[in-house]
Amino acid sequence: MFPLPVTCIPGSPPMSPPDSMALGAHVIDVSGITKRFGDKTVVNGINLQVDRGEIFGFLGPNGSGKTTFIRTLCGLLTPESGSGTCLDYNVLTEQRQIRAHVGYMTQKFSYYEDLSIRENLDFIARVYGVPDRRTAVDKALDRLGLAGRSHQLAGQLSGGWKQRLALAACLIHSPQLLLLDEPTAGVDPKARREFWEELHRLAAEGMTVLITTHYMDEAERCHRLAYIADGTLLAMGTVGEVIASVGLTTWEVSGPGLARLAESLRKCDGVEQVVPFGNTLHVTGQDADRIEAALRPWRTDPSHPWRQIPSGLEDVFISLMGRSSDKLK
Amino acid sequence: MRRFTFHRFWAVVLKEFVQMKRDRLTFAMMIGIPLIQLTLFGFAINSDPKHLPAAVLNADSGPFARTLVAAMQHSDYFEFTREVHTEDQAAKLLQIGAVQFVATFPEDFSRRLLRGERPTILLEADATDPAATGPALAAMRSLADAALDRDLRGPLARFKANTAAVNIVVHAHYNPENNTQYNVVPGLMGVVLTMTMIIITSLAITRERERGTMENLLATPARPLEVMAGKILPYILVGYVQVTLILIASRFFFHVPMVGSLPLLYAIVLLFIAANLAVGITFSTLASNQLQAMQMAFFFFLPSILLSGFMFPFRGMPPWAQWIGTCLPLTHFLRIVRGILLKGSSLGDIAPELWPLALFLVVAMTLGLKRYRQTLD
Ligand SMILES: Nc1ncnc2c1ncn2[C@@H]1O[C@H](COP(=O)(O)OP(=O)(O)OP(=O)(O)O)[C@@H](O)[C@H]1O
Ligand SMILES: [Mg+2]
Repeated sequence: MFPLPVTCIPGSPPMSPPDSMALGAHVIDVSGITKRFGDKTVVNGINLQVDRGEIFGFLGPNGSGKTTFIRTLCGLLTPESGSGTCLDYNVLTEQRQIRAHVGYMTQKFSYYEDLSIRENLDFIARVYGVPDRRTAVDKALDRLGLAGRSHQLAGQLSGGWKQRLALAACLIHSPQLLLLDEPTAGVDPKARREFWEELHRLAAEGMTVLITTHYMDEAERCHRLAYIADGTLLAMGTVGEVIASVGLTTWEVSGPGLARLAESLRKCDGVEQVVPFGNTLHVTGQDADRIEAALRPWRTDPSHPWRQIPSGLEDVFISLMGRSSDKLK
Repeated sequence: MRRFTFHRFWAVVLKEFVQMKRDRLTFAMMIGIPLIQLTLFGFAINSDPKHLPAAVLNADSGPFARTLVAAMQHSDYFEFTREVHTEDQAAKLLQIGAVQFVATFPEDFSRRLLRGERPTILLEADATDPAATGPALAAMRSLADAALDRDLRGPLARFKANTAAVNIVVHAHYNPENNTQYNVVPGLMGVVLTMTMIIITSLAITRERERGTMENLLATPARPLEVMAGKILPYILVGYVQVTLILIASRFFFHVPMVGSLPLLYAIVLLFIAANLAVGITFSTLASNQLQAMQMAFFFFLPSILLSGFMFPFRGMPPWAQWIGTCLPLTHFLRIVRGILLKGSSLGDIAPELWPLALFLVVAMTLGLKRYRQTLD
């Protein structure tokens, strides 16, 4: 086993969640959640426990059921089977109470485009019965840097600003749990970093966050993450645990004629992925012995130095994706 | 958690108001539709129709029938274009619409007039368009008296004491109920309300679903009743604006008499508007997009306008049509409005029309609330 990779993004390394976990109660604690549309099972028996103050990443290919699962958590969809609690309320029967304490940010912008930023926030604050509404709205505007454009219509905002508005809106009633469905899609890197800093700050104050994303760097900023494909959880744990649990072997090679080399490598037995990374190739496989055997003919070539490197999260997910589609066939 | 919370209801109300304010075109339509309809219908009503084609069937050999025909012609209401000699001919002309009136003078008209026997003039009218024939028919009596007044002089003057020297019998064909002009403008109030209220609200929830804002609204603690009532309230106010516009126009442009109690009318309008809004909201929960919602609204609007007694006299319709008409709120509202405005009906008088409206509101609202999905399933 190789040492676990430490691929933290400078700026905001994942801090460990506050030890309020010691309370023992999970904020999300569901088991066997299954949701079907017609005869298609979109979420298939998912078990999940998320603790207070934790930022939990939810990853998976398009159409794997992430959005659907989140909707079952906040009572927007009723699961066919399964049970559990969210903020100690039953997900099947106490959906109304859950809604009052959850901030849900939908994947698609779902605030009113014909209302201004302030009017949108005001509406949400009123609906949730936020005490001292005016101050709460002002604070939300300030914190997200929207104060200067509070009278702009939401529909006229750019994509990234819409996302910020949505985040401000789902925080306004001080929820205990945030369910964020691809909150950073289309957001620029700087805003994305600020967004994550904000999330970590909130988590440190005790907020629990369940977030879906397609970005690997964001996945690595989560305390824990899960990978879902075709409605089934395939892996769960910290970044290191997930990578270790999949047990990939990755070799890196540099030198001339990498494109041609990649072509021939892809045909080799035991080689799963050959991915160009700048001036190098990453060659990944599941079976350490088989891949070593496969690479042996090339390793004698001095113009192509080889070395073994820790597998990245992306390699792991692509490998998982390949496996689940193999299984489908 | 309490069932109905004011702050959530109020949040929806305020939001709807702002959205209404922003949606200039729809807002303009809500005010414009009643005005346009009034102008269109009112124009046809207001133009005091003159020179209506008429035929005369004159069997009288004396002078008086001729005097009367000349006077009628002179009044500008009647334009005698034909002279016929048989009743069949006359009936045929009316039937094909060649003339609007047929005036029939009996054989010994002049002689009987001189004898003071009050001979009869039969005036047959094609009343399919009562707005057209009404004024002419109304003018007929004074016209006849004035004409004869001039002729009955000297020894004949003794007949003048008898104010009605002739007996005028009017047969209104094709529209025995004789829906007069005054029926139309008050009726228009119901039609305009039905049209705008149902169309606008049928879009209300469908729009949220189509724009994707429904997911967010459902994720909030807002309850179905709060959302629905919150969406209805702003449009009730719009309805009142429309009613007021129509009443003002009826009074000052079309001179519709208003003998009944306006406060009573305004109170009942609330029930009718709410009933229509409930229908609209229910459609809104059924339709999956705005086009479907519009189609449903028209599906409801057409029978309303056709079978309520607005277009065709209610009692002239076949039983099945009357039965459908009875189920529609507009039918009852038309009777109420006409009753209050034209006949001065009291609350007691209109009670039989009131409870069907209330029942309709309750049913529509219940259906809407039942159909309002609290999840995305
Ligand atoms: N209301 C619905 N009716 C029928 N099928 C649905 C419905 N909603 C989602 N699905 C199907 O369920 C599957 C999972 O959809 P879901 O939106 O949960 O995926 P996702 O993981 O969020 O994907 P993405 O990363 O693209 O957002 C898809 O195949 C989708 O077609
Ligand atoms: Mg999704």
